[in-house]
Order: sequence, then C-alpha cells, then structure tokens
Amino acid sequence: MRVGLFATCLTDTFFPETAKATVRLLERLGCRVEFPLAQTCCGQMHFNTGYAKQAKPLARDYAELFGDYDAVVAPSGSCTGMVRDIHPGLTASPIAARTYELSEFLVDVLEVTEVGAYFPHRVTYHPTCHSLRMLGVGEKPLRLLRAVRGLDLVELPESSSCCGFGGTFAVKNAETSTAMLTDKMHHVIGTAAEVLTAGDNSCLMHIGGGLSRLRSGVRPVHLAEILASTEEEPWSSATR
Amino acid sequence: MVVRNPVTWLGTPAFPKAAKDALANTQLRRNLRNATSTIRGKRAAAVAELPDWERLRAAGAAIKDEVLANLDTYLIRLEAAVTARGGTVHWARDAAEANAIALRLIRATGETEVVKVKSMATAEIGLNEALAEGGVTAIETDLAELIVQLGEDRPSHILVPAIHRNRAEIKEIFQRAMPDVPADLTSEPRALAEAARRHLRRKFLSAKVAISGANFGVAETGSIVVVESEGNGRMCLTLPETLITVMGIEKVVPSWPDLEVFLQLLPRSSTAERMNPYTSVWTGVTPGDGPQAFHLILLDNGRTATLADEVGRQSLRCIRCSACLNVCPVYERTGGEAYGSVYPGPIGAILTPQLVNDPKDKQAASLPFASSLCGACYEVCPVSINIPEVLTHLRARVVENKSSLAPEAIAMRALAWVMADAKRFERAQQAGTLARFLGRDGKITRLPWPGSKWTDVRDVPVPPAESFRSWWRRTRGDQ
Ligand code: SF4
Repeated sequence: MRVGLFATCLTDTFFPETAKATVRLLERLGCRVEFPLAQTCCGQMHFNTGYAKQAKPLARDYAELFGDYDAVVAPSGSCTGMVRDIHPGLTASPIAARTYELSEFLVDVLEVTEVGAYFPHRVTYHPTCHSLRMLGVGEKPLRLLRAVRGLDLVELPESSSCCGFGGTFAVKNAETSTAMLTDKMHHVIGTAAEVLTAGDNSCLMHIGGGLSRLRSGVRPVHLAEILASTEEEPWSSATR
Repeated sequence: MVVRNPVTWLGTPAFPKAAKDALANTQLRRNLRNATSTIRGKRAAAVAELPDWERLRAAGAAIKDEVLANLDTYLIRLEAAVTARGGTVHWARDAAEANAIALRLIRATGETEVVKVKSMATAEIGLNEALAEGGVTAIETDLAELIVQLGEDRPSHILVPAIHRNRAEIKEIFQRAMPDVPADLTSEPRALAEAARRHLRRKFLSAKVAISGANFGVAETGSIVVVESEGNGRMCLTLPETLITVMGIEKVVPSWPDLEVFLQLLPRSSTAERMNPYTSVWTGVTPGDGPQAFHLILLDNGRTATLADEVGRQSLRCIRCSACLNVCPVYERTGGEAYGSVYPGPIGAILTPQLVNDPKDKQAASLPFASSLCGACYEVCPVSINIPEVLTHLRARVVENKSSLAPEAIAMRALAWVMADAKRFERAQQAGTLARFLGRDGKITRLPWPGSKWTDVRDVPVPPAESFRSWWRRTRGDQ
C-alpha cells in the first residue's frame, strides 16, 4: 500500500522523532511510505480561530498533494479530524475520507493490534478530544498499547476531560486553560506513570510543558514512538 | 435611542476577564465541580438505559429542523388553535415589546404582585426588572430561582440557577431575605426546602396573576407544555385567574406524537430522570377550571435573525436541558456568570451572540472563543446541535468584523502566507532554530508577550536542530 505521511506542521518542526517513528513503524508493517515535501499545514489553527478564509487554500493544497495516495496517515488526531471533518466543507477533497490517524490506520486498515513493539515503562494514556470525539478512535490506541511487550498501562482518572489546550484557546483564555491543565496534570501525576502518551503532539506539548515546569519527572511520549520502539531499536529519551 | 437587548447583562466584561475573576473564587469552583460531576454521572447512566438513544436524538433533531424550516406555518396554526380555545395570542418582536405587553396585561387586572414559573424566556428579556420598573413585583417560585432572587444574585445555570451556591450560603440568604424564616433554620436540605415551601404557599394562595414560560407549544391543538420537578409551577398554572405565558417562537412542535420524543430526551438529559415529576399541559381556557384568562406572548428577540443563518440556525433546536453545561470543562471552572447572560456554557456561547446580533458588542463577541472545542457538548446534546461547528462559524463572523490591521489578523495572514508554500515554511523552520538559544536543557521557560501567556505556566520545547523534512531529504532524497 502506498501511504502518504502527513507529518503536520507541529510534529515536523518540533517533534521530528514522532514522524520518524511513524515511518519506521509503517515500513515495518509493510507499507510504502512517502513524504511529499510540498506539504505544510492542515489549516486547523486558522479555521478554529475564525480565519476560515486563510484555511481554505491550505485545504486545497492538501487535497492536491495527497490526492493520489491509497491512504494518508497523520500522527495527530486533531489534524486528521480537521482534514476529514472540515476540509470537505472548504474544498473538494476526495482524499479527506482516506486520511487516517495512526491508531485508526493500524487497527482499521492494516488490521493489526500487535505491532511487535517493546517498551518497558509505566505508561498512562490521555485520549485527546479530537481523537476521542471527532474521530471516535475509542479503544483502538488502548488495544495497541496493551499489546506492547513490557508496557505497564495505568488508567488515567477522568481521562476523557479536556486538557485545556484548544489551540489559540490556551492563549486567548489562558487562565481557564491553566485551570483545566492543572486538573489534568494532577491526574497524570497521581498515576505514578513515567510516561504520558497520546495521539497528538499538540496536547502533549501543552500537558508536557506544564509537567516540565512542575519538574514532575513524567515524560510525554507520542503513541507512534512507543509503537515504533523495539528490543533491537528501543526508544531513548535522548532523542526527545 | 437604541434599546439594549437585555439578553446579556450590562457591565459584564469580555469572557477572559470575567472567567479570570470567577476562577479566583475557590468556593465557587468547588461547588460547581461537585454539582456538575454528580449530574454528569447520573445523566450518562439514565441515557445508557435506552437502547435507541441515538435514534431518539436523530428524531428530536429532525422534528426541530422540520419546524424551523416551516416556522411561519406552525406558528400561525398555533395561534389559530390557541384563539379557538379562548386564549389570546400576542406577537413580540423583541424584549421591550414582550415586556410592555406583559405589563399592560397585568395592569389591566389591577394586580401589583405576580407569581412566576421558572422560565428562560422571561429571564432572557429581563421581565422581572421591567415589571419592577412598572410597579409590579414578580415572585419566583422555583426553589433555585427563588434563591437567586432573594440573594440578589444572577443565575449561573439553565436548570439550577443557584448551582454556584452551597447549602450554608443558601441558609444565609434565607435568613437575610425571607421575612418569615424560622429562627432555628439549619442548612439541612429538608429544612431549607420546607422554609421555602412555607414562604411560597402564602404567595400561591393570594396571587391572581401568574407568568410562565413554555417548554413546548403544540401547533395542532394550541396546547402549552411545561415540565418541572418541584410542582410549584403547577400551582402557578392552576390557582391564579390570569395566566400569561412567554414562549420563544422556536418552541413550537407540530403535534402530540412529537412530544413523545422530547419527553424522553429532555428529562434524561436534564435531571437524569426517566420522566420529569410534573408535566403540565393546558389548552386555552376551560370554563370553571384553572385560569379564566390565558395570554400567549410569542417572542422573537433575535430568533428569526438566527434562523436566517444556515449554520447557526441549529442552535434553535435547543430544548434547554443544560446537559452541555454539565459536561463543559470551561463551564465547570468558570461557572455561569462569566458568560454574562442567562444562557451560559456551550449553548450560551453560541446562542447569546446570535440573539444579541450586534457585531460591535465586545462581550458577546468573546463568547464563541470561550471553548477549547473539545466537543463534549455536541456528544451529549439530545438534539445533536453541533456546537463546535457553530462556535467556529461564529468566530469567523467575529473575525470578519475585526479590523484587518489587528495584530492577530496580521499574524494569522502572515502565518497563512508562510504555510502556503513549503519552501517558505522550511525557511521559517530554520529561522525558528534561533529559538534554541532562548532555551536551556531542551526547553524554553520564558517567551515575550503574547507567548508569555503560554510560558507563564508551561515550558516550550526547543525546536530541534533538524526538522523532520530536513531529515527526510537528507536520508531519503527528494522523492
Ligand atoms: S444545546 Fe443541547 S445540550 Fe445544551 S441545553 Fe440545548 S439541548 Fe441541551
């Protein structure tokens, strides 16, 4: 299967290890992965802040650039949600329906839950709002995590409540966002997990940024990096 | 003179500022957290009992959409049916008209005190205040509404306007404002309810005029439906001689079978009950039984303007169950007063700006941004209002009315320009590597404004020296 990788602007710029891990994982599972270098951004921040006009050409570029692929995979629930739910309202986008968030692609399209991963850490999972509600990924990421050898999965209390990121919301309504973040961090720290994972680097950057400020010792690690980690090539904290 | 639409409260600051003040009130936060988390759990359980919930939701949305598409027809049918049964229908374009009609009707009876059934529409138009100016005292009979009224407070929730108060606070309010309160009043829920009951009983027995809202109006028969939990509303609806009902025009349903859907959706979403304890229905007047004069005021107040907007009109499906408030993470932290209107929470964030319908109103314009777009509201809404969709739609409208020279607008355009071309984007990424010099140990702890709003509480990762695309090009070439 010829898969287009949509890295997302945030992951491309700030978290290249997540995109590299996605490539490694998909290739290990037999996909032919391509990264069209002309890609930039899905336009979500613009659209969600009220700049739909500016988001439109970005949606059009996306549809053109990825139109030929069998499927597009993005290591982000919220960018996938933007493409799948919102792009069709902005531009003709036949590829929107074939754009998947990583865990959906693995479980629904490749039909695997055991991806040969090894990750000997205590992990808790935050289901980001857009993965959970826009895409409805449900238990898929948890099924993948449960199949990882060595991984000790601990449940996150009130996991489905929003972490308070919300794109520009975190700046426009900084105090409210912080109040939401504080509760989320409290639950994360309470699990005594070493690693917090999620399918979105945006939320992880927000929660992780708070956890780092608190010197909590909990590391944010994207789901793709956990699933790509093997005994031969284990995930290392040095790369993040 | 332009009359201000009272749907938002005069003097309320824009949401971020109002929220900041509310967030500082730890008592409020605790009260809200307890109340919303309890009702959230109960609602989920009540909804899970019905195997056909999703189909009921779809049916509820479909009925409402059909009504909205043919609103004129149904309203005229409703008017004819009410009139045929001895009621009188009045049409009110806005708050001022509705309030004037109500005051005129009350004056005609010679009364100066009226009892009220809890109603969102009358709160929306500031009826109590308008009546007070005209020399008429309106007494709220719903327990929570009474607490707000006696506390000279503002409502903070659609269903439980006093949700921000705890028992100790309520006891204090009663002791201060209830003339006949027992000397040994405790903060026991039963004792508080009993004190309110005694206080209200005297009012019920003496009132000659009652004012209500309406949950539904059945076009076919002209029947008005009010659902409630306490039974105080029913006293108002049956004991007085004159009954005045203020009903938003979107509350009409075609016929009785439609109620079957809503009477399942509403109580489970709202109070997590299988059925609400009191459902009162009346049709015009019945000689010798109940009020002998019935007036129905049909209220527009921004609704037809809302109806004209293709995306925004779904907001008019709302049946005021308040489920969206109870699941909203923003509402849970800030409470209802921060929204500056009788419609708080997610529904308030979309309905209030549309009813206000004034792009220059800064406070109303701040409301569509009072959301992280987490989608929890859409998930629970019994009539499937896509609240996040309306939020982003209304944000776009705010942006349209903003100066193109506003710093945000300039930044957004600049960013879109960068993103529109991968080469430009890559150059910006490389320039961003400068940020590494700001940071230590792989993180940035302080950014200049407006980034400081982020770094006040969160570190920022330092962008790595090599972006993914550079890595890809280095290792895989230009494929
Ligand atoms: S928007 Fe939906 S959930 Fe919110 S009050 Fe209205 S009907 Fe209930």
